[in-house]
Amino acid sequence: MSRRPFEEIIAEHGRAVMRVCRALVDRDDAEDAWAETFLAAMRAYPRLRPQSNVRGWLVTIAHRKALDQLRGEARRPELRSELPEIVVPDETPDTDALRAALDTLAPKQRGAVVYRHLADLPYDEVGRRLGCSAIAARRNAADGIAKLRRQLEEGKRR
Amino acid sequence: MSNGDRFLEDFRAAFMDERAERRSRARLVALAESEEILDVAYRTMESPLGPLLLAATSTGLVRVAFDREDHDAVLGRLARDVSPRMLAAPRRLDLAARQLDEYFARKRKRFDLPIDLRLARGFRRTVIARLPEIPYGSTSSYAALAARAGNAAAVRAAASACSHNPLPLVVPCHRVVRSDGGIGEYLGGTDAKRALLAMEASA
Repeated sequence: MSRRPFEEIIAEHGRAVMRVCRALVDRDDAEDAWAETFLAAMRAYPRLRPQSNVRGWLVTIAHRKALDQLRGEARRPELRSELPEIVVPDETPDTDALRAALDTLAPKQRGAVVYRHLADLPYDEVGRRLGCSAIAARRNAADGIAKLRRQLEEGKRR
Repeated sequence: MSNGDRFLEDFRAAFMDERAERRSRARLVALAESEEILDVAYRTMESPLGPLLLAATSTGLVRVAFDREDHDAVLGRLARDVSPRMLAAPRRLDLAARQLDEYFARKRKRFDLPIDLRLARGFRRTVIARLPEIPYGSTSSYAALAARAGNAAAVRAAASACSHNPLPLVVPCHRVVRSDGGIGEYLGGTDAKRALLAMEASA
């Protein structure tokens, strides 16, 4: 069984993996986590079983790589300095505020929101990852979104 | 649309980051190169014969494909026959692209770059390895090529090797024509073959 060119895997999943990384860590760390995720995936790709759930596999790696960044274990400063620093004002100032709001959710709500609404995983898989049913995963996601909306609306009023 | 859907859309959009995507992608290419797991790098380029796909392994240029070969199909076969660890990463193809530009501008008569002939096997490979000996601006016949490759009787096999040349243009199979004066097959089409021979003859 032959595999599709790895570039197609990036085209299909790269954006969702970036949303997950961005939800877990700041922009610099998210860039590193994304690159480390696809590097690890590329390393293992020839051995991946053809029927594998690629999105779920990548999200699992991304989660781990983002946590590595938080722990400061995987920084590659030598590489960062090689890349040209493009001086553009940050166009997404809301992202870090949203990430902070995500961090205030109960763990299952946060997990459900990230896996469902940023990684686009189906509810039964979200449930498996969180150790609950698909129905509970759906409720956690809805509760999490409702809480986020309240928080952000209050934040705007202040 | 309900208020909730709108909020969700904005929420997702807030985590989209095109600049981060570009930068992290560049980082991935650099890391994959340095870890030597980028088995096939590829890019496309414009040419007078239409878009060309260029692909290279760490050994050298492994495939040049014309638009009519269907680039996606060619990439799929490279994934199967070489490795699926492929990225659109133009840097490895810089030299090949520059030399092709010079060739089409009539400023280059021979290619000087590392090539990887792994996609041609057996007698086909022997035939293809002899093609660069045919000088710019001249032609040879399939019969002469078969003899040069060590099997004068294998004229059809020599023609087949040319029509399956993985590196057209760079390895000049377009300079081989039929003994009866016919133009012969070409991956890029017979019009492209005629155009190349006319270009070389007038340079």
